[in-house]
Amino acid sequence: MEELQPIEAHPRKGNQLKFIIGGVVIVAAIVYLIVSSLSANVQYFLTVEEVLNKQSAGELAGRNVRASGAVLGDSIQYNMDTLELSFTIVHVPGDNLLLEEEGGLARALHNAVMDPSRPRLDVIYYGPVPDLLQNEAQAIITGEVLASGVFEADEILLKCPSKYEGSVPDQIETE
Amino acid sequence: MAADIGFGSLLITLVVSIYGIGAAFYGEQKKQKAWVLSAKRAMTLVFPLLTISVGSLVYLLLTNRFEFEYVAKVSSLSMPDYLKITALWGGQAGSLLFWSWLLAGFTSAVTLRKWDRDQDLLPWVIVISLATLAFFVLLNTFFENPFVSYWQTSEGITTAFSRPPGGIQLFPRDGSGLNPLLRHPGMIIHPPMQYLGFVAFIIPYAFAMASLITRRADDRWIQLSRRWTLWAWLFLSLGLVLGARWAYDVLGWGGYWGWDPVEISALMPWLAGTAFLHTVLIQEKRGMFKQLTMVLIILTYNLVIFGTFLTRSGLLSSVHAFSKSSIGPIFLGFIALNLIGSLWLLNKRWSYLKSRQVLTSFFSKESLIIISVVLLLGILVTSFWGVMFPKISELVTGQKVTVGPPFYERVAGPILGGMLMIMVICPLAVWSYASFKHLGRLLWKPFIVSLIGIALPLYGGLTRWPAVVAFWLVAFVLAVNAFEFFRRTRVRRKKGQDSLWGSIVHVLKRNQRAFSAMIIHIAVVMMAMGIIGIEFFQIETQGTIPVGGELSLGSYTMVYEKLDIFDTTDGRNVARAIVSVNKDGQTIDTLYPRRDFYYDSNQPATIPGVRSTLVDDFYVILVDWKVVSSEGATFKVYHNPLVKWLWIGAWVFIIGVVATTWPDKKSKPLPVRAR
Repeated sequence: MEELQPIEAHPRKGNQLKFIIGGVVIVAAIVYLIVSSLSANVQYFLTVEEVLNKQSAGELAGRNVRASGAVLGDSIQYNMDTLELSFTIVHVPGDNLLLEEEGGLARALHNAVMDPSRPRLDVIYYGPVPDLLQNEAQAIITGEVLASGVFEADEILLKCPSKYEGSVPDQIETE
Repeated sequence: MAADIGFGSLLITLVVSIYGIGAAFYGEQKKQKAWVLSAKRAMTLVFPLLTISVGSLVYLLLTNRFEFEYVAKVSSLSMPDYLKITALWGGQAGSLLFWSWLLAGFTSAVTLRKWDRDQDLLPWVIVISLATLAFFVLLNTFFENPFVSYWQTSEGITTAFSRPPGGIQLFPRDGSGLNPLLRHPGMIIHPPMQYLGFVAFIIPYAFAMASLITRRADDRWIQLSRRWTLWAWLFLSLGLVLGARWAYDVLGWGGYWGWDPVEISALMPWLAGTAFLHTVLIQEKRGMFKQLTMVLIILTYNLVIFGTFLTRSGLLSSVHAFSKSSIGPIFLGFIALNLIGSLWLLNKRWSYLKSRQVLTSFFSKESLIIISVVLLLGILVTSFWGVMFPKISELVTGQKVTVGPPFYERVAGPILGGMLMIMVICPLAVWSYASFKHLGRLLWKPFIVSLIGIALPLYGGLTRWPAVVAFWLVAFVLAVNAFEFFRRTRVRRKKGQDSLWGSIVHVLKRNQRAFSAMIIHIAVVMMAMGIIGIEFFQIETQGTIPVGGELSLGSYTMVYEKLDIFDTTDGRNVARAIVSVNKDGQTIDTLYPRRDFYYDSNQPATIPGVRSTLVDDFYVILVDWKVVSSEGATFKVYHNPLVKWLWIGAWVFIIGVVATTWPDKKSKPLPVRAR
């Protein structure tokens, strides 16, 4: 391609119209793709309390939603034969400011697990136990709320803030 | 002591950078070469200075100095030395220092080139590079200092660099250790590559801005920064592929890319940078789209900083994100300043960059390139919108929402298909005037050959049409490139002087850049094939089986042979299954899927066993096992066709980019000034 020298062109400005139309068509197609895909794929991101409220109002039937809460360690059960994993998550405020008031995510998760009066949600999932599933982890689950009120997750993301953030190592000693 | 040296050196770097900015600016304004020269020397100095800082931190990590907060958080006694070194970028403060160090490497290196013909650009390149460096070093000194240690005061345990009043230094016995997911050889190389790719874009950006400030209208800044840009692009691409590879090897979910916000924030500068590289071609050949080229380099650089901001501010929740940090607002301020400053400057110089040339034909090379640039930017906008939409929606409606992988896949899939389509015809298109007829004459033979790409999958029983189309496009691109290569060789041969081999060598030499572009595009197609394979044809199964039991998937059967549980010297408890893989009744391989439990961080990591061939990958995860009887275990198994081509393509890609940066002998044009 290097040996092909460009031919000096003397085009009329009017010819540019077809390129503008062509460009607009391509851009419009991309915008259409984005807008249509977005409306089809946006999910609610809810707290446990919101899930329960919306569920009782019948707003969640058949909808794919995402929810987050604190994992209750004692509730984790796993059936190796059916690969059925079940656990309970506890309500944690969704607002960052509220989390800050509670003293950060790690503390908020701890408070949630310790407080029996908080709203709770039972979760089931079929598949391997995620590596980070443990007491006071933050679980972000994606799936559907079944008619029984149990959340059937098809994806679980976990975060354990206490492990790597803000905490002073346990075995501390002075010299 | 080491911490004092490290922090001291960091402070000196900050002072030297600020001096350099001042000296370069003053020297430029007063036309005093000595000041500019002094600024240049200051810039040469930043890399050695930060090397001392980085060296000190590595020393603290290697000598287990857990009284330092950073060391205690990312390292532990049981970690092997190589992991202690990689812990340098395992946490926020250290990785920021590492980032500054690499940035300093590039800015120092650029001072070492010969500047004789481009003296007028030098002061501004210095100002822009050092301003960026100063910003990052500032973050490291005042907000994310890796050299702070633990102190016991009357108010409790705090962290500070120097002794607070009445403070007693604390010496933890052990650290919490590096996150187990990061303890993988892939992590030795993925973050440095990614960071190199990010920081190297400072060089073309600094040259672009210097060119705008000095009112130059020529392509000199592009020639000067071309090789830097290509290296930046190579590193960034490698960073992305290595990250995908690490996810595939370590994360144990049978995938390689999850449209995680931080992955996207690394993809965005890549998309903008790739678009930039393509408009540069048009600017060099036809002198067109100079304004767009400028917009794209500004966009690329700012997306680099924006990506760093997203990752480090705690704004996103992601597997990659660092913990919440106070540096968010400062980052936003820096990005705003940069973006507004560079766009204002571009606006002032807009008319200098006008081109008299216009597009003449839809099928000319320049219009095809522009279309692919628009498509790349389409994916960029999609990515940006997908990351930002939830935040915007929350602000506007108060309702938290998320956007998952299906959104990105639905948009990016067709756009990638369109890009493959353009890659088909682009090598055959000519600059300026090109008619569809001319293109058609060159296209019909490769087109017929490409039908194999439809026939073979259909014959193999494939019915999903997106996959058939994808395979056809792959075949078409390969056919076009092969035909084009042979056409040129034949033309050369007809001239009669050369042997066949001689003609090939001659054609390659004459068209070095065109052919390296061809190699890169073939590499992209290979990678596309891997992506098509895993996206369209991945199948999976899972089950619990006793020792000697079988699990079948596709044409494979795996047999669970044995389970070993043992402790390692580096603080892991390993449960490792031995699994043999059978095909057509014969054992063809043995795999060792395992689960490592890290005592220090109290966390498991799942490492799959993979048999990888050109045709497919057989990927086995050990999910769980019955400890007491040790006779049953649960496995999850994936069959991922063609995915190996993704990694092979990455190697070919490296070859292509290295080939294109290979020095070619070309005369250099003189600078052109506007008006």
